[in-house]
Amino acid sequence: MTKHILKMTVNGETHEVLAEPRELLVYVLREKMGMKGAHVGCDTSHCGACTVEIDGKSVKSCTMFAVQAQGANITTIEGLGSPDGLHVLQQSFKEHHGLQCGYCTPGMITRAHRLLQENPNPTEAEVRFGISGNICRCTGYQNIVKAILSAAAEINAAKEAAQ
Amino acid sequence: MNDLTPDREERVANLKGMGCSRKRVEDARFTQGKGNYIDDMSLPGMLTGDFVRSQYAHARIKSINTEAALALDGVIAVLTAKDLEPLSLHWMPTLAGDRQMVLADGKVLFQGQEIAFVVARDRYIASDAIELVEVEYEELPVIIDPLKSLQSDVVLREDLDPKAPGAHGPRKHHNHIFTWEVGDEAGTNAVIADADVVAEASMYYHRTHPCPLEPCGCVASMDKVNGKLTLWGTFQAPHVVRTVASLLSGIEEHNIRVISPDIGGGFGNKVGVYPGYVCSIVASIVTGVPVKWVEDRMDNLMTTAFARDYWMTGKISATKDGKITGLHCHVTADHGAFDACADPTRFPAGFMSICTGSYDIPIAYLGVDGVYTNKAPGGVSYRCSFRVTEAVYFIERMIEVLAIEMNMDPAELRRINFIKKEQFPYKSALGWEYDSGDYHTAWDKVLKAVDYEGLRHEQAERLEAFKRGETRNLMGIGLSFFTEIVGAGPVKNCDILGMGMFDSCEIRIHPTGSAIARLGTISQGQGHATTFAQILASEIGIPADSITIEEGDTDTAPYGLGTYGSRSTPVAGAATAMAGRKIRAKAQMIAAYLLEVHDDDVEFDVDRFVVKGAPERFKTMGEIAYAAYNQAIPGIEPGLEAVSYYDPPNMTYPFGAYVCVMDIDVDTGVTEIRRFYALDDCGTRINPMVIEGQIHGGLTEALAVAMGQEIAYDDLGNVKTGTLMDFFLPTAWEVPNYETDHTVTPSPHHPIGAKGVGESPHVGGVPCFSNAVQDAFRPFGNRHTNMPHDHWRIWQMANALGLHD
Repeated sequence: MTKHILKMTVNGETHEVLAEPRELLVYVLREKMGMKGAHVGCDTSHCGACTVEIDGKSVKSCTMFAVQAQGANITTIEGLGSPDGLHVLQQSFKEHHGLQCGYCTPGMITRAHRLLQENPNPTEAEVRFGISGNICRCTGYQNIVKAILSAAAEINAAKEAAQ
Repeated sequence: MNDLTPDREERVANLKGMGCSRKRVEDARFTQGKGNYIDDMSLPGMLTGDFVRSQYAHARIKSINTEAALALDGVIAVLTAKDLEPLSLHWMPTLAGDRQMVLADGKVLFQGQEIAFVVARDRYIASDAIELVEVEYEELPVIIDPLKSLQSDVVLREDLDPKAPGAHGPRKHHNHIFTWEVGDEAGTNAVIADADVVAEASMYYHRTHPCPLEPCGCVASMDKVNGKLTLWGTFQAPHVVRTVASLLSGIEEHNIRVISPDIGGGFGNKVGVYPGYVCSIVASIVTGVPVKWVEDRMDNLMTTAFARDYWMTGKISATKDGKITGLHCHVTADHGAFDACADPTRFPAGFMSICTGSYDIPIAYLGVDGVYTNKAPGGVSYRCSFRVTEAVYFIERMIEVLAIEMNMDPAELRRINFIKKEQFPYKSALGWEYDSGDYHTAWDKVLKAVDYEGLRHEQAERLEAFKRGETRNLMGIGLSFFTEIVGAGPVKNCDILGMGMFDSCEIRIHPTGSAIARLGTISQGQGHATTFAQILASEIGIPADSITIEEGDTDTAPYGLGTYGSRSTPVAGAATAMAGRKIRAKAQMIAAYLLEVHDDDVEFDVDRFVVKGAPERFKTMGEIAYAAYNQAIPGIEPGLEAVSYYDPPNMTYPFGAYVCVMDIDVDTGVTEIRRFYALDDCGTRINPMVIEGQIHGGLTEALAVAMGQEIAYDDLGNVKTGTLMDFFLPTAWEVPNYETDHTVTPSPHHPIGAKGVGESPHVGGVPCFSNAVQDAFRPFGNRHTNMPHDHWRIWQMANALGLHD
């Protein structure tokens, strides 16, 4: 099958890869760019383990062809925080025990990151609705919700302090 | 004591030992997307394996044509049963003493069964090749109902001699697997025949699936130069996999290394040995390069390890005052096409005989008949110890039905039948010795916390309003009180494929006072790297932050039976404490030498040994570790290491009391969980934060099973729930906030008194949710209605009771 040259910006860096039209974005990210934080859990866009951010929207990368991301600006879990300084959400998930096996976590945090861009001050119900495209089998969500609300408060407090 | 010595409280806090909510050490990598799960593995030259699967639930395979697939560029091999037969690997033994086809040998027995294994350069080429493999089928009659299976002339397992006994004794019919009986049937029947009150119920505990978010998979790599096979995979029991792989392949066990990397949830699904593992090993041997097989979600739901599928019939008798006098239970167990249940060998229905529950029942009987059908094999314990969820559901429904029969309050009926605190250790009618418990205290605490009387009052008012036509919402109060049996188990009666169910821990203290400990278990999200370090910190006085916990590599970890059935803390946790005590014993001798006193004149104090009566004279564990390696001490060999293999003297028996308050719209069947209160007693608590997380998760999996999750088949054996579109996994939107509580009744036989907790909330949660639904409809004549209680089925319940008239 003919391969296409794809150019996209991932976590601020330009990447150029060869991919067939049928290749899913999640596999290109994981196997051709080495960004393995997005996971495959269901193949049918139900579980959200593969969630990344594309041009300001949360996208399930298992349900998008890589060629559709030509020229896109993508943020994955690898683009949030670093070993030297975790992102507020990453720290908050740890503080509130918002993860267990860790398989849903990158998708969950990436989704929460987008959610807080769209709604910086969500209610509990808005958080619950906002992450309802991401399934977690371990935590029962209670601590995930707590972690996101706490991160939102922390981000808002930092913003206020900066003003 | 000099000024630099921190006070005792500070030293205890510094350890982050047992009882503190230590943050998890695993989280740094998981939150950054740096976990290392099986599908993250990539090795040079690695190929992808995938299966051609059966479209039919029962068919003869007339031919398999692999020519076109093999001709496709990028396809390296296509394996069928014929290729595996010369190696005697076309069939494999199951964990239950039966045998299972690795690749279809002449026929298929369930939809999705593995027919051929395609090995290709990448996943896309493998998928293309699967489409090109031509399989010619001849359809055979399909049997989905186990009760009909025992009457049917259709022989499912033509490979078995119908007259020969199976692994668990005589077979009554060609589709029958075993009969397993516990207790006194004649005595129980006599008691029930003469009883003041008898309640009966038949219930179907539907088939479901553990469905961890990460599916099953492996990477097999045969190094032909060194003769070493390395197998990475989603294994809840890596050491058992190594032994089984050796027995099956003939490769000596020292030449096999099994590694479980990070595992994305297990819940029982990753206990089994699956055809994908065997085919990957063979394919790597054939091709000489690593081969990866990772199932997709549909493969996972359709073929690897279902749970439950028990048809249960019960009779319970009582005096006119409500004191239970006897219990009779019969189960028809649907095991699917092959008996691949993951149970200790001597327990073909697991620990179903815990079905007398938390109650002092003088006589009981349990009979289980295992049956073959055209469904996928499995029968794993989905977030529970072996079949304990079924047992607890059974007894907690029987109690409710008896309460209806006697027109009694179900909370009171439970209370008057609980095993009393002073009766422990308690010998149950079906042979178990419950280690410890204080059920009345737990029950009273919960009922008070939720204002049980107030809830019943509110419920009665709601019912009146409903009858007056002022509301279409009913209120249900679900109760459950469960006793689990976990921590399998004593080697004298617990083994899997002959391997005793002990577990292990090996500790090395480094010269500068930090340590590494390796265990025979493997975390799948439970947080072992965090909590086992806490046990050790308290035992040996080295901070948890200075202890690395490692599991899952059979070349480095001591042999153990793995993580399932809440056995990690009861068994490996005990081994950890015992190994720690060996370290401490040697440390005591070293300290005494360094302090120039007799061994008996020093005592352990948090993180050091002190001279009795002279606390200013001490040696810290760091100083002792350094001396252990670097100082010649007469009569003591250098080094500070210990290993413990722990054979538990008994199971542990965690328990708990749950209450669920639910509103139900009778016109839509929509439910709203208003309140869920969960009190758990898991004995000594190692990390309250982790315990609470386990409870939230277990309750949510209970909600799933009770309220909608099932593996359903149509009459032709087609799986109707093969994707997450149809298979219910609750989202944050459907799940309530839970209130958690605890009492602490340590296990008297466990070195630290811990009992295990990961599965309790699932075991106790399922009947609690179900009882809430059933309780709402009790005033209209509901006695028992089967789960799952999805909206449609609740609507049907209401309709059948005339509530839409």
